[in-house]
Amino acid sequence: MSLRAPSLLPFPCEAGEGARRAEGGESRESAPFRLRHLPPPAGEGKMISTQTATPSSWPSGVLLRSVILVACMLAALFSTPVHAIDPLPFKDRAEEVRFQNLTRQLRCLVCQNQDLADSDADLAKDLRKQVFEMMQSGKSDAQIKEYLVARYNDFVLYDPPLKPGTWLLWFLPFALLIIGAFVVARILRRRASQASGDASTAVESGDDW
Amino acid sequence: MIHRLIPLGVFIALVGLLGFGIWWNTHHEMTEVPSPLIGKPAPEFTLPLLYEADKTLSGKELLGTPYLLNVFGSWCPTCQYEHPILTGQIKPLGIKLIGLDWKDEPADAKRWIEQFGNPYDVVITDRDGRAGIDFGVYMAPETFLVDAKGVVRYKRIGMFTPENIRDELLPKIKELTGNNAKKGSP
Repeated sequence: MSLRAPSLLPFPCEAGEGARRAEGGESRESAPFRLRHLPPPAGEGKMISTQTATPSSWPSGVLLRSVILVACMLAALFSTPVHAIDPLPFKDRAEEVRFQNLTRQLRCLVCQNQDLADSDADLAKDLRKQVFEMMQSGKSDAQIKEYLVARYNDFVLYDPPLKPGTWLLWFLPFALLIIGAFVVARILRRRASQASGDASTAVESGDDW
Repeated sequence: MIHRLIPLGVFIALVGLLGFGIWWNTHHEMTEVPSPLIGKPAPEFTLPLLYEADKTLSGKELLGTPYLLNVFGSWCPTCQYEHPILTGQIKPLGIKLIGLDWKDEPADAKRWIEQFGNPYDVVITDRDGRAGIDFGVYMAPETFLVDAKGVVRYKRIGMFTPENIRDELLPKIKELTGNNAKKGSP
């Protein structure tokens, strides 16, 4: 019996019950299974801040209504986007901003294209709690990142650190740019000399691509 | 003349690069996060036993014998698929098998084990998932091979299949136990 490990769902955040079929190797044996599963979804719902309080009785009149409607729309327009905020007891606004900034630089391990601030995965919730508690105990952002990297690799950082293993990642684009610039410069110089050569003696042979 | 072949060369190089990308993606799990713990001491933990909640098991107590730490949960369907493999293929290897019930209710875990059978030598519970985070667990099942000195030697993300038991786990266990390793049935 030979089972090839099926690849994960393209959207691992869907905890749907789509039992995946494993494609067998020689035996073509197919058994319904998924290679792994995600932690259960969060029990608590999001905390959504209500922007406008609803009065017990709405004043009548089209004008008033439309004014209220516009006000609601403006409120929605200027309100900050609601992330998957857990009801965390922040000391002050500055701490909350720091938390938001930090969790936005960290990747959710479950929903790998989401940051920790944004993800509603259960593990992300736990990790947010962890980050919050480390902030409370006076850890710096760097220490918190270090803590997570020690467990989940550089992968948790959206901004990959500069080190020998990532030199290619960081410098290849610039290297390609420089190579490209050299190539263009060479072509231009040749064309220029060709043009001047044509004008005077017209001897230049060679490539015309 | 040679200059005319440059675009072709660039094209072939590009095809090669993209082909390599396709090959790589079909042979690797792109969402897998390699564990930074390999070759490092397993994180310290002290967790209550599932069946004797007043007792705990710590990593220190496990020093001296290699063991497998299998992260599972009753909420995890893949763990159900892995379960017969644990029972039928990993347990016969003779290595100590510890179940880490991750982010789960002990009552649910007991029911789950009762229903499917207990392949574990001992089951410990990590209700709030802290120990799981220390181990860098982000999905279930995940399995760690820890040697007698408490160093993590191998991690499997996702369920074991007969193939990766044969190709990955078994050689690693043999490294640890020398010639004493019992023959598995991959």
